[in-house]
Amino acid sequence: MGSPAWAQKRTVTGTVTDAKDGAPLPGVSILPKGGKTGVTTGSDGSFHIAVDPSTRTLIFSSVGYGTREISIGDAPLRITLTSNNASLNEIVVIGYGYTRKKDITGSVAVVTEKDFQKGSFTTPEQLIAGKVAGVSVISNSGQPGAGSTIRIRGGSSLNASNDPLIVIDGVPIDNDIAPGQKSVIAGAGNPLSFVNPDDIESFTVLKDASSAAIYGTRAANGVILITTKKGKSGAPRVNLNTVNSLADITKKVSVLNAAQFRSAVNANGSATQKAMMGAANTDWQNEVFQDALGTNNNLSISGGIKKLPYRLSVGYQDQNGILRTDNLKRLSLGLTVNAMTLDNHLKVDLSVKGSKENARFANQAAIGGAVSFDPTQPVYVKSPRFGGYYEWLDASSPTGLTNLAGRNPLGLLEEHYDKSHPERSIGNIQVDYKFHFLPDLHANVNAGYDVSRGQGSTFITDSAAEAYVAGGTGGSNNPYKTNKTNTLFEFYLNYTKDIKSIKSHLEFTPGYSYYDYQTTVYNYPTFNAQGVKFPGSDPATPTTEFRHVLISYFGRLEYRYNDKYVLRASLRRDGSSRFAPSNRWGLFPSVAFTWKVKDESFLQSSNVISSLNLRAGYGVTGQQDGIGDYDYLSYYYLSNAGASYQFDTSFYQGYRPAGFYANRKWEQTATYNIGADYGFLDGKITGSIDFYQKKTTNLLNQVAQPAGSNFSAYIVANVGSMENKGVEFDLNLHPIHRQDLTWDLGFNFTYNQNKITNLTVVPDDPNYPGFASGSIAGGIGGQFALINAVGYSKNVFNLYKQVYNSAGAPIEGVFVDKNHDGIINQNDLFKSKPADPKVFLGFSTGVTYNKWNAGFVLRSSIGNYVYNNIYSQTGVQNQILGNSVLYNGSTNYLVTKFKGSNAQQLLSDYYLENGSFLRMDNCYIGYDLGKIAHTRARLRLNATVQNVFVITKYSGLDPEIGAGTGNNPGIDNNIYPRPRTYSLGASLDF
Amino acid sequence: MKIFLRIISPGLLLMLASCTKNLNQTPNNATTAAQAYSTPLGYKQGLAKMYAAFALTGNTGGTGSPDIPTQIIADEGNSDFLRLYFNLQELTTDEAAWTWQNDAGIQGLHEMSWSSINPIVDGLYYRSFFQITLCNEFIRQSSDANLSARGITGASADSIRNYRAEARFLRAYQYWVLMDLFGNPPFATENDPVGGFIPKQISRSDLFAYVESELKAIDGDLVQARKNQYGRADQAAAWALLARMYLNAEVYTGTAHYTDAITYCNKIIQAGYTLHGDYRELMLADNNLNTDEFILTINYDALYTQNYGGTTYLLHGPANVPAYVSNSSGSWSGLRCTQNFIALFPDHSGNTDQRAQFWDSTQTLAMKDLYTASNGLSTFKFRNWTRDSLAPAHQDSKKDFSDIDFPLFRLGEIYLIYAESVLRGGTGGDAGTALQYINKLRERAYGGTSGDITSGQLTTDYILDERGRELYYECCRRTDLVRYKKFTTSTYLWAWKGGVEGGTAVADKYNLFPIPSTDLSSNPNLQQNNGY
Repeated sequence: MGSPAWAQKRTVTGTVTDAKDGAPLPGVSILPKGGKTGVTTGSDGSFHIAVDPSTRTLIFSSVGYGTREISIGDAPLRITLTSNNASLNEIVVIGYGYTRKKDITGSVAVVTEKDFQKGSFTTPEQLIAGKVAGVSVISNSGQPGAGSTIRIRGGSSLNASNDPLIVIDGVPIDNDIAPGQKSVIAGAGNPLSFVNPDDIESFTVLKDASSAAIYGTRAANGVILITTKKGKSGAPRVNLNTVNSLADITKKVSVLNAAQFRSAVNANGSATQKAMMGAANTDWQNEVFQDALGTNNNLSISGGIKKLPYRLSVGYQDQNGILRTDNLKRLSLGLTVNAMTLDNHLKVDLSVKGSKENARFANQAAIGGAVSFDPTQPVYVKSPRFGGYYEWLDASSPTGLTNLAGRNPLGLLEEHYDKSHPERSIGNIQVDYKFHFLPDLHANVNAGYDVSRGQGSTFITDSAAEAYVAGGTGGSNNPYKTNKTNTLFEFYLNYTKDIKSIKSHLEFTPGYSYYDYQTTVYNYPTFNAQGVKFPGSDPATPTTEFRHVLISYFGRLEYRYNDKYVLRASLRRDGSSRFAPSNRWGLFPSVAFTWKVKDESFLQSSNVISSLNLRAGYGVTGQQDGIGDYDYLSYYYLSNAGASYQFDTSFYQGYRPAGFYANRKWEQTATYNIGADYGFLDGKITGSIDFYQKKTTNLLNQVAQPAGSNFSAYIVANVGSMENKGVEFDLNLHPIHRQDLTWDLGFNFTYNQNKITNLTVVPDDPNYPGFASGSIAGGIGGQFALINAVGYSKNVFNLYKQVYNSAGAPIEGVFVDKNHDGIINQNDLFKSKPADPKVFLGFSTGVTYNKWNAGFVLRSSIGNYVYNNIYSQTGVQNQILGNSVLYNGSTNYLVTKFKGSNAQQLLSDYYLENGSFLRMDNCYIGYDLGKIAHTRARLRLNATVQNVFVITKYSGLDPEIGAGTGNNPGIDNNIYPRPRTYSLGASLDF
Repeated sequence: MKIFLRIISPGLLLMLASCTKNLNQTPNNATTAAQAYSTPLGYKQGLAKMYAAFALTGNTGGTGSPDIPTQIIADEGNSDFLRLYFNLQELTTDEAAWTWQNDAGIQGLHEMSWSSINPIVDGLYYRSFFQITLCNEFIRQSSDANLSARGITGASADSIRNYRAEARFLRAYQYWVLMDLFGNPPFATENDPVGGFIPKQISRSDLFAYVESELKAIDGDLVQARKNQYGRADQAAAWALLARMYLNAEVYTGTAHYTDAITYCNKIIQAGYTLHGDYRELMLADNNLNTDEFILTINYDALYTQNYGGTTYLLHGPANVPAYVSNSSGSWSGLRCTQNFIALFPDHSGNTDQRAQFWDSTQTLAMKDLYTASNGLSTFKFRNWTRDSLAPAHQDSKKDFSDIDFPLFRLGEIYLIYAESVLRGGTGGDAGTALQYINKLRERAYGGTSGDITSGQLTTDYILDERGRELYYECCRRTDLVRYKKFTTSTYLWAWKGGVEGGTAVADKYNLFPIPSTDLSSNPNLQQNNGY
């Protein structure tokens, strides 16, 4: 029986706040259970509702926060709601401004702190690995602070950069490696390693051109906007957290052990070679790798002094590498202040970050050395020479060392001190002024800098075999130093107008920006360990300076009708100093449209669909990274003193004109994107799906110049075109959202197909085979396993088809004669599998139960192939016996018994393997101890394992290969192994 | 708003205007051609680079900024002219093999089974064109119009006119190399633009005519024979190249030019060159003193002209020659001779014919295995000692680099060209003088007349063998064997020719190297040589 209509109602009051930060939640709808009419919370989160006396339960719901049912008591209710992933009212950072998530028109993904990868990190980009569809983050090596290969939608370029633009709090980060340099900042493996991962609040990834085109110049590979944590007004809040970790090697390269090695030498070696063997049993990989400890400690204080919210953070990290002698220490400081004044008309945001690293880089030659050094030799000998390390000796050589022989791997590490102490600071001040007479108009000025000093020295002791000189005057002590000073100035106006009469909202943002990138490389002569200069080593000039400037004019127009239809268009005109004046300026337009279908009458009442936005966009982006700063003109460079030429008795340094290409211009990528953001069952299921097509034209390519036509045989020119097509799918499930138990799942899927559509000046030249890439070690040398050819994806393996005997074993030097001409030559190479995956997947899940939380992240890559260069180079008899000293080889030699004298064998597809894998990036468990002993301090503990396991058919160490220095996609050769890391952490808030 | 209007906005406008200028950026460590060539010294530095391009791999001593991009040769130490040229002219013959078959491009050279993808073949091709392109630029920049525009007159301008003629000589030399090895290369001169230009292919006979006309045209602008600075080309250098080219003219054009060869040999001999007294002093650290015999050299210096090719390669390369013999940091255990070449000497001890300078204590005579360092004798013809058995003044502390200069042309070869041209029917010389010249070489080798031959013994085949004994490791062998039709055929076999231990004939196509496939892809005007 229902309640009588005349029954007296009673009033229930209370407040609703965000479970995460306690902020009041406005607009939460409150409905009596079984009732039809309800109320919503006010701007302070409070509510009043009159209910029938029989009503025992209220239902609280808010888009993006899910639903809670609460029993009514006598006291005012204090309700907390937990946000879902897809909080549609969330403010999202976009280029030059902000938007509400529900108004997004392009393909934009946001990853916030709660969804980051867990564990111990030296570099921030790893936080979002596997978290976003269409974004692949692959660490380049297991070295502390090593960078990552980040690819958004497969990368749009061949020889220019495929790295996305990274913008930290409004400062675009320089990712350019100066010519002749190994890294962006000398003495630092990775420029992003200077950003403390603990300071980061969120990553916003602009994937399609309609969202990224506002960054026109360098947005062809997408944009990643990193937002750091800010202070919130109120009493100071302190967070102290510590993560302590132990890393170990998961797998070693499979090489012959001493017994297997002895039998191989005894079976096939000459008497001299047999006599070379020693009596030891050394596992050289055990000698060079170690268990590595790491500690990462962060302290932050945030709060507000009157109206001045601030956050101050200090971080200290000390991480050893699993390769002995590798170590990275980093001290980082961050300060943000966000002031609001002049009746909230003037907003000033100041952000300064600084960090200093102290690193010792292990000599990575030891990795390959440990694979191939003779296992029958001891590590040490009782000799004071060469630091006491065993070395190959030759009495007839002045140094006493065998010429061109491999050196003791441990000696390579311990006698070699490559130490650096680079520092970097990034900061900006952003002033936003809302005009008093016209509050709809804002003026925004952003001035920022990114300054780094990379410096260090490589010291090799004079007893080290790798740099030994008879008489002990060798070794080396060579300083290096590179300074970078990058400045930026941006100015834009933002005009917003609601025109209620025609249900329209209008926004116009015109702007200007100036970016100046300056690098000074200091050139030094070389010195021996005693500091004596090597004659002739003086550089031609004391410094080499590189500078390029980008100037942009941009504008964005947004029009919303009835808050249901959003149209956004942008235009950017960019000028780069890297191009000749006639080609300098490029125009990058975009247009995009969103239809908020849920707000249409036919869906408004749907209980199944809680949100639905349909999006379509088009845009053009540009690329000018990865090319020289000046070589649209011919310049003359003087040689250094050591490269002089003698006429009679005088030496003259020579003038060399450099290769140049006057007609170089912007590489352009046009992207079409259609997509949908959806939510079902009141936000229990959310996600998005996107389809895209990217067409890159005027590819910046290293092109061989016709001999006799230029000063350099290869030069970067605009030749060719390429396309990427793909699908991205994100799905987030929140099946349980109770006060005591929550369970979230996130899944993402990416399919990308890359195809080169032209590579020649005259399109479709049938005589052009494509250009090789992916150099492989061994064999006759200078060979390449990959090709970039029209009609195929980039980085396709181009190898001979191996012939097998009836027992299924490969026959050395026998390949399929693809063109049936009776000879095996380069015309029989065939294009087979790609190095890049077609599909990659990410899966994350997390559970909280009362004070416990736990979860894991899985990542998978399907369809990527790996060439096992360790097998092909070292798995042959010539590796072991074909040189002046003995070398160890891969156990693959025991399988194939190859001699290694066939030059083509190295290019056999026998060495090509499916590199598909499933990796558990991390799993974690945490416990919230809550308030400790009547203090305000709240303590949380957690334990994490990173790189838990890899499931793959690949026979080598690790099928995932980044594109770092010296690495080639899909080619596995002496890569610094990724460790497994166990860490324990504690976090204290008060 | 007032603040904005009064201060910020004019400031902004000013900034916009000044910033746009910053789009013009120039490097701090380089200059434009006009700046580089604004002084006579600049021209001398341009000249130095043209010569240095023979000796060096790049713009940094040792390694560091290669002339030849790494896409073509990954290891910069292999990318200088002399090492590449030696590898193609010697490793393909009875005189030399290299132990390390895994080194880029080695495999297939001695076996004569190379293809159009070979880093050494590609390397020499692009090295030659690099030097040609440098010369074209210098010739453009040193035109009389440019000199007067830059205010360079008088003696300075006269010197630069000499430089310009030398640039044309160096270019002619490189085109001769391309004609000899590749036959029909692409062709570009100072009249073609740099960048975005696609050269046409030139036939071997047209190239012959071009090189011949260039060498003759510059005769008046070159410094007189034996009057130029040491290390720079004079008239005699051009004559020597003409003589060598005429000797091989039948190979290049089908028409013999032996009379012309004799003409130019005579001009050189009349210029006053004499054989240096001691053959064993020819390739020493202070061989810059051998101006009696040397016509043009590539100069090396262990401190100031450093690289890992050139004579550094010829010093370290020979297998197992001890460091105390070579005065270096030790052997790279690479270069050895076939037993067939050693057999040209009466014995290999050097006691009879002093030109035999072979290391045998760790070596077997027979090259049983092509890729074993101890198989085949090695030579210590190149030694980094001075005549007085001292270390050179400029030796580097690690003893990595060589001070030995390399003669591109010397009188010994001119005597041999003269004699062969006379025997092959050229006029302007006589058999008696020919015999006399050959016996001069032999008297130096034997330290007396005990090795003299008679006119009956002087045959063309004898001259080929004598060239082997006199000029081995001086980059002549492949050209000589081709001229004698012994390079690919079965009339002369040596160990591992054709990839078999006893040697076997190979296809005639191997008389030329293929045009690199890289250039075929980038230049649609090119046609590959027959058979590749």
